[in-house]
Amino acid sequence: MCCWCFVPVAGLCPQGAYGVRDSLRSGFSSVKNELLPSHPLELSEKNFQLNKDKMNFSTLRNIQGLHAPLKLQMEYRAARQIQRLPFLQSSNLALDTLRGSDEAIGFEDVLSDPAQCEMMGEPHMMVEYKLGLL
Amino acid sequence: VNSRHSVERRDPCRKYLLSTKHISVINDKRNVVLESSLSELGYKAPIARKTGTTIAGIVYKDGVILGADTRATDDMVVADKNCMKIHYIAPNIYCCGAGVAADAEITTQIMASNVELHTLNTGRPPLVAMVTRQLKQMLFRYQGHVGSSLIVGGVDVTGAHLFSVYPHGSYDKLPFLTMGSGAAAAVSIFEDRFKPNMELEEAKQLVNDAIAAGIFCDLGSGSNVDLCVITEAGVEYLRGYDKPTMKGKREGQYRYKPGTTAILTKTITPLSLDVVDESVQIMDTE
Repeated sequence: MCCWCFVPVAGLCPQGAYGVRDSLRSGFSSVKNELLPSHPLELSEKNFQLNKDKMNFSTLRNIQGLHAPLKLQMEYRAARQIQRLPFLQSSNLALDTLRGSDEAIGFEDVLSDPAQCEMMGEPHMMVEYKLGLL
Repeated sequence: VNSRHSVERRDPCRKYLLSTKHISVINDKRNVVLESSLSELGYKAPIARKTGTTIAGIVYKDGVILGADTRATDDMVVADKNCMKIHYIAPNIYCCGAGVAADAEITTQIMASNVELHTLNTGRPPLVAMVTRQLKQMLFRYQGHVGSSLIVGGVDVTGAHLFSVYPHGSYDKLPFLTMGSGAAAAVSIFEDRFKPNMELEEAKQLVNDAIAAGIFCDLGSGSNVDLCVITEAGVEYLRGYDKPTMKGKREGQYRYKPGTTAILTKTITPLSLDVVDESVQIMDTE
């Protein structure tokens, strides 16, 4: 087991009110379900973008030297900071343009669009957290 | 308690601050629990509708001919008697889809959008190899869970090409290809009668016969034959090119005329009945 991936353990800090598990919001409880991924592709999909970027950057480093991925990562970091208010979905236009994903359509554009998520964060709390008042 | 974990516990809005778009699997655990409880009660969970198909393609003298049957099945029931399995990807590239119907449909639509964006970006007409490459990369990424097998055919600046892509992401480039549950029946016709550089009519007849073989010899394929002829000049989409399973018209009357059979002897036995009881009930007819 790698020491830098954190495995959330069920039962220690339940997410519901009064410290009891909220089955309506978080689903059925089972220790096995929380420890292991339920879908064979869950882990690979969660890390897909990350792994793709890592591979591209390492190839770029091998071809053009260290400065190329460094400069690109600096631009990525800058683009990632352009966000709307915390509870609103950002378009990430600059980030998409850098990545090249503004020219491609995949399942992530069609399915489970975060802009149409049924859950919404509490706006006041989120802004207070962002401003450091919470 | 490590610091990252405690931040996550304290901060309910972290999820929204860093939300990246990916396919969510939050319902997967619920599905697993539901399926196990359903099977305990003896019920089966609903499965995705497959097309149970015969699709085929050949390269002939002037281009590519794609063919498909038109039946979509829901397990053992015909869900759609006349569905379209030849999908548009680009003005010069079409794609036949087999496997799970929704997966094939959405995959080809996403491909069509990507090809259009790519064309607008590069300013060049698309290549069949480009469509195949994007398809195989996407299907490999999902490790076969997107259950669509596709035959991509088209004519681009480099010539006429025909590729088949399997659900796990492998592909073949051949002069004739068949996919789907009726592939074995269709490929037997191709193996027997295919020649390189056939003429248009001969090639159309060959693909028609191959799909008809799939329709008659495979339970998952049926109804009509659709053809799509792609050449450098353009595309001819022949929907319902042939209807081999259409019932014939009855030529005449097949009932026997009364008196056809001669009566040799006749015996009458009267059944004598006695009236035992008589009761009258008045009906309310108003």
